Amino acid sequence: MTISWDNPGTGGGREARVKGEANTNGDGAAPGPVTVDLRLSVNGRRHPITVDTRETLLDTLRERMDLTGTKKGCDHGQCGACTVLVGGRRVKSCLTLTVTVDDRDITTVEGLSADGVPHPLQAAFIENDALQCGYCTPGQLCSAVGMLAEVADGWPSAVTPGLDGEVDLSKLADEEIRERMSGNLCRCGAYPGIVAAIGQVAR
Amino acid sequence: MTTTGIRSVGGALDRVDALEKVTGRARYAYENSPRELVYAFPVQATVAKGEIVHVGVDAVLKQPGVIAAIWHGNAPRLAPSDDDELAVLQSRRVAYRGQYIAVVVAETPEDAREAAGMLRVEYAAEDHDVDMRPDHPRMYRPDHVNPNFQSDTQRGDPDAALTTAPVVVDHTYSTPAEHNNPMEPHATVALWDGDGLTLFDSTQGASALRSVIAPLFGMPPAQVRVIAPYIGGGFGSKIEVHPHVVLAALAAKQVGRPVKLAVTRQQMFAITGYRTPTVQRVRLGAETDGRLIAVTHDAFEQTSILVEFAEPTAIVTRMMYAAPHRRTTHRLVRLNVPTPTWMRAPGEAPGMFALESAMDELAIACGVDPVELRVRNEPAKDPDTGLPFSSRNLVACLREGARRFGWAGRDPEPGARRVGRTLLGTGVAASTYPTYRAPSSARVRAEPDGRFTVSIAAADIGTGARTVLTQIAADALDAPAGLVHVEVGDSALPWAVLAGGSMGTGSWGTAVVRACEALVAELGRRGGDVPPGGVEAAADTSQEVRGQAEFARHAFGAQFAEVGVDADTGETRVHRLLGVFAAGRIINPKTARSQFVGGMTMGLSMALMEESVMDREFGDYLNHDFAQYHVAAHADVRDIEAFWLEEEDPHLNPMGSKGIGEIGTVGTAAAVANAVHHATGVRIRDLPIRLDKLVR
Ligand code: FES
Ligand code: FES
Repeated sequence: MTISWDNPGTGGGREARVKGEANTNGDGAAPGPVTVDLRLSVNGRRHPITVDTRETLLDTLRERMDLTGTKKGCDHGQCGACTVLVGGRRVKSCLTLTVTVDDRDITTVEGLSADGVPHPLQAAFIENDALQCGYCTPGQLCSAVGMLAEVADGWPSAVTPGLDGEVDLSKLADEEIRERMSGNLCRCGAYPGIVAAIGQVAR
Repeated sequence: MTTTGIRSVGGALDRVDALEKVTGRARYAYENSPRELVYAFPVQATVAKGEIVHVGVDAVLKQPGVIAAIWHGNAPRLAPSDDDELAVLQSRRVAYRGQYIAVVVAETPEDAREAAGMLRVEYAAEDHDVDMRPDHPRMYRPDHVNPNFQSDTQRGDPDAALTTAPVVVDHTYSTPAEHNNPMEPHATVALWDGDGLTLFDSTQGASALRSVIAPLFGMPPAQVRVIAPYIGGGFGSKIEVHPHVVLAALAAKQVGRPVKLAVTRQQMFAITGYRTPTVQRVRLGAETDGRLIAVTHDAFEQTSILVEFAEPTAIVTRMMYAAPHRRTTHRLVRLNVPTPTWMRAPGEAPGMFALESAMDELAIACGVDPVELRVRNEPAKDPDTGLPFSSRNLVACLREGARRFGWAGRDPEPGARRVGRTLLGTGVAASTYPTYRAPSSARVRAEPDGRFTVSIAAADIGTGARTVLTQIAADALDAPAGLVHVEVGDSALPWAVLAGGSMGTGSWGTAVVRACEALVAELGRRGGDVPPGGVEAAADTSQEVRGQAEFARHAFGAQFAEVGVDADTGETRVHRLLGVFAAGRIINPKTARSQFVGGMTMGLSMALMEESVMDREFGDYLNHDFAQYHVAAHADVRDIEAFWLEEEDPHLNPMGSKGIGEIGTVGTAAAVANAVHHATGVRIRDLPIRLDKLVR
């Protein structure tokens, strides 16, 4: 990773640049943005990219890489529309600075289907009409993929009886799905369809 | 032409744009990035009333990446408009806190936002008034309420009737300000090309937006193109043109490059509208058997200094129940508040909370079952206009709902069912929404390979418009739906009414059917021969719609709720919601169910959570994000079911359909509040039903 200030390519080591200069900005002359050269791994492909250190992963995906499937609903970690998978775990990309995910495997909604075949969850969403406007949908899908992995790994939720980590994917109750998906708002109210679609794939 | 004989209407066709949406390929407004684009970040007023005396742009212009800082001192002049919200950056006056007063344009979103945060603005602040109360001295009677109803109506002598009625219920109800909060924040990408303007915008009406924006910039509408194929919800907030659209266009003009502007979630609480708070007094006078003698409904609400938006809160009471003596009134006060706007079932949703809560109180006062009470007050014709109903199946909805819900044998005693710490109760409320239809136009084209393309500047904001228009066209063309492609969401397509008032399918569907009929006739004349260039036909329904016979046209429904209230904490959970609707012919049961259930979910949310809190000190909505403005989440929505009755109504449109996008939100909150009363014995007359109102 290379960090530079105002002028990509002139940066030295990360420690020196960030501690030595970025933090000493006064109110005087306006400094340029601090930028960092990364190789971002998205949907199985590595992309060399120079990012502003203020840039969120959400904005990098949407504004820099034209991966607009990931949505911005609030930019404050309150709606789940921006959910992506980082290392297979669900993450709110609006609360993730891009510089922190260098060398991590990022999967967005565009990466869920393989070779043009929709992911089983995508097919189940269509079948169950688990969407209306579609704006929360990519976040719901990525969240569902991450959630099912959490269940498979035995993570309990607030409604799991006991905290011994025993949740059976094949018997995943609707109540569990609702609890675990509650970080993803849907203003259109497609919740029953979403729960049905996830249940269909899980069980 | 292929002849199928199979009807597409009535079938559960999958949403035709679902694959685009689940794969992330569907592109919403902000996701269009023209070359050379720059980013705009707006600056909001920090006083609720006053004048801007100084804008410190110099420091901002020195910030990296900044291209321009635009404010009233250097903004391009706009042509006057009758909507004062659209006179963006045209004056030093501040009409409400949060109003857009400047915009910073920069090379990156980060640069624009950081620089906008540095803009120093000095104001001469004046004392503001943001306090809506029914006894406000500046309450006045508006000329009309939205869209064009009389403000007040009266039949008979309700005051006299109320003094002699054997049973009287007289209560005041209130609903808070509520924000639409579609998941996709409002956004505009503006691109000037020569003298023309292209807007990628999240709008419920491409044709309407174009005709509002063009004159502001002194252009004929044809020089503006609005592109909006995908819209991430709206629920009414994307009907009116809000200031950000003008701001984006104006900024793009000033800097000579395409501009992207997204309203932040927080800014939406000031900029893009909300449902006015209401205070409503409802008085019911009845015989001891519950038959109404008199009904009055007086609504009080707010609007802004800039725009008179008069929510038609009490109009439902004009047509709901029979009573010889009746009155409805609306009073408004103009305050230093953001401008209210349309929000799903504007008028009906807050109005039916009050009326249907009062009906429940009357049922208890008379000792009559609440379902039965409504049946007893069924009018033979519209009690307000005297017009016959084109169809009215409220009673059938109530009966069918009661059967499905298991209403029979309900013990009316409040606070009598307890399981562990949970008090259980059930409630019912009626639901209704008018069936409007507006002129539109459409074009359809037959290709030599047997496919058809239907073009109309309709909007699919998540309703399923693309899908149902595909089905409607398929039947009118007698072709399989798979051969029909529907294009919407572009002002370059044949003009159409916006998506509002639950009139999309009825209005656009009529135009599509007429265009298809014209095409079928033309193909018939040609002996079915389609030349290499295809064959086109078009239709404009202005005459047909304006000439339609007079009827009272409304959809009806019945909503049943079962709630559990924690006896210690007051936490209320809706265990079950069941709605039965009579809304003409249902075009697509799959998308229709989603519409009803989605509407009911918003009603549940209205009942238990939604409330925008006005900060009297600073004059803006305090809880302006999803952390503080709560909407129903997955865990809140346990068991919601929607059913409908077969309803044949020949007086509507060629499809026989009524609008279904809003009715699900009407009556839901009353059903929940009535169930909460049944569970606890506590009557909540002020939404939302919060714990602190239940725990005494
Ligand atoms: S946009 Fe990230 S949680 Fe809402
Ligand atoms: S589908 Fe519109 S917000 Fe979920």
